[in-house]
Amino acid sequence: MIRLVLGVAVVGGAAAVPLVADNYLLRLGTMLAMYAVLAQSWNIIGGYAGYPSFATAAFFGLGAYAGALLQGAGAPMPLAWAFACVVAAAFAALLGSAILHLKGHYFAIASLVVAEVLLEITTSWTSLTGGGMGLNLPILRIPVDAQARLFYWSMLALAVASFVMAWLVARGRIGFALRCIKQNEDAAAMVGIDTTFTKVVAFVLSALFVGGAGAMYASWVFYIEPPDVYAVLTSVKPIVMTLLGGAGTLFGPIIGAVLFLIMEETVWRTFLSVHAAVLGLIIVALIFFLPHGVLGLVKRRRPAAPTAGHGSAGQEPANRGGGA
Amino acid sequence: MSTLQLTGVTRRFGGLTAVDDVTMTIEPGEIVGLIGPNGAGKTTIVNLVTGVFKPSTGTIRFDGRRIDGRKPHQISRLGVARTYQVVQPFPDMTVLENVMAPATFAARAPGVQAARTAAMECLEFVGLAPSQGLLASELTLAGRKRLELAKSLAMHPKVLLLDEVNAGLNPAEIDTALELIRAISARGVTIVIIEHLMKVVLSLCSRILVLHHGALIAEGSPQAITRDERVIRAYLGDRYADRTTAAGGANGHG
Repeated sequence: MIRLVLGVAVVGGAAAVPLVADNYLLRLGTMLAMYAVLAQSWNIIGGYAGYPSFATAAFFGLGAYAGALLQGAGAPMPLAWAFACVVAAAFAALLGSAILHLKGHYFAIASLVVAEVLLEITTSWTSLTGGGMGLNLPILRIPVDAQARLFYWSMLALAVASFVMAWLVARGRIGFALRCIKQNEDAAAMVGIDTTFTKVVAFVLSALFVGGAGAMYASWVFYIEPPDVYAVLTSVKPIVMTLLGGAGTLFGPIIGAVLFLIMEETVWRTFLSVHAAVLGLIIVALIFFLPHGVLGLVKRRRPAAPTAGHGSAGQEPANRGGGA
Repeated sequence: MSTLQLTGVTRRFGGLTAVDDVTMTIEPGEIVGLIGPNGAGKTTIVNLVTGVFKPSTGTIRFDGRRIDGRKPHQISRLGVARTYQVVQPFPDMTVLENVMAPATFAARAPGVQAARTAAMECLEFVGLAPSQGLLASELTLAGRKRLELAKSLAMHPKVLLLDEVNAGLNPAEIDTALELIRAISARGVTIVIIEHLMKVVLSLCSRILVLHHGALIAEGSPQAITRDERVIRAYLGDRYADRTTAAGGANGHG
C-alpha cells in the first residue's frame, strides 16, 4: 500500500515537471523516459532471462518506421504508436523463435546483426521508406511548448507502462521461470518449464514498448533516417544502463537510466569534442568496479520465487544459522 | 499396465550406438536397478526417457502413453522425474525456491502459497528444512544431492529416475540416502536407480537390469545377477570369468 502511494506520488511528481521546467529540461525528461523504456525492456530478456540481446535497435527502428509510415498515411498519432508496438512484438516473436535456441555469445551476435539487416533493407527499399533520404513525418499544428509537454507526457506514460509490465513479470510465474532459465536452462526444462515458449514471451515483452518508443521518437523529431533509428548505440545504451543500475532488478534499469543520462549530458557539455571517448571510459570503469550495479551495493537476498503470498522473510535469518 | 515400457529403443550418435535395441518394462511400485560399466548407455537411457534425446528407433511408453518425441517439460509434467549424475541446482536461489520451481511448473501448484507448502513438505521429507534459506550453492555435495531428490519429489512423480544419486557420498551419507529412497518408494513412487555401488543396488532393488555396450545383457533378481556369467564378464573381464566358471565347475563335480 505504502509502495503504491509512493509510486503514484513519484509518477504524479514526474507528470507535474512541465509546470516548472523549460523546454531543455523537458527534452531531457523525454529522453530519460525513453531510456527507461529501453532499459526496462532489455532487462526482461537480458536481466531476468540472461540472454544478452542486442536487438533493441532493431525493435526501435522497426517501430519508428512502422509508426512513421502509418502516420504518413494519415493515421492518428496514438494509433501509429500502438501499431508500432504490435509490429515490434510480432517481429520479436518470429525472430525469437529463430534465434533463442542460441546461447551466450552466439545469441548476442545473432541479435546484433538483425538491426544491420533491417538497416540495409530500409535503406534499399526507397519506394516505401524513402531510403537513405529519410522520412519526414507530418508536422503537428500545435505550439512548440505544447509539443514538448505532449511528448514528455506520452513517453512518461510509456515508461510507466513498461515498469508495470516488468513488475508483473518479476512477481509472476514467468519471472520465476525466467530466473530458473537464467541459472540452469536444462534443469529448468526438467522441472516442467517450457523454456522455448517462456523465452519467446520474454523476447516479445522486451520488444513491445521499444517499438512504441521508436514510433514516439519518430513523431517527436519529425524526421527519421535509417542510421539514426537503427544505431548500434541504441542497443548498447540500455544494456549499460541496466548493468549500471542492477540487472534482473525492478528499479535497476530506472536508476541506471537516470545515472546514464546525467553522465551523458555532463560529459557532452564538458568534453564536447571527445565526449564519446570519455563516456566510454567512465562506463568501463563503472562496470569494472560495480559489476552488480548500484543496487548491488545495497543488495539483500532477493527472493527469486514470486512473493505474492505471505512472506517467509522473517524466518529466514533464524534458519540460516541452523542450516550452516 | 507398465509404468515404463521401452520397445526396441536404439540411439545412435554418429557412428556410436549408445543404446542398442533395448526392450524393458518397469512395473508400478518397483525399485529397479540399472547397472553396467562406464559408457554402457545408462544415462543415455535416462535422457531418452526424459525427452532430452529422441530415440533413433523404437518407442517409449509411460503409463501406456507414447512419450518418445515429446519435450522434457511435457514429460516431466506427466510425472517422470529425474536426478542428475552431476547435480543441477539453481545456484543463486535459496533451497526453498529451488524446490518451489518444480512445485510451481511441473506439479502446477495453484499459487505461491501452495507451491511453498508443497516445497516445504518435500524439504522436510529429505531433511533439508533447516537449510531452506541457504543458497543452493552454499550446500555441501550431500546436501545438493538431497536437494535434487526434494526437487524431483516436488514434481509429484509417478516414476523417479535416480542417476548415481549416491556417487561421491561417504558411507554414513549413503545409509541416509538409502533410507530416503526406501521412504520415497514407500510413498508409491516407482524408482529406477542407476548406480555403480553394488551395495546400494543389492540392498534396494527387487530387480536389476544390466547394460553393456548399449545392449541389455541380463535381467533378474540381485542374487541371479551376481551369479550371471555375462555380467561377470562385462564387469570383471573374460579371464576372471573363465577362472570362476572353471572353479565353479570343479566345485560342482566335487
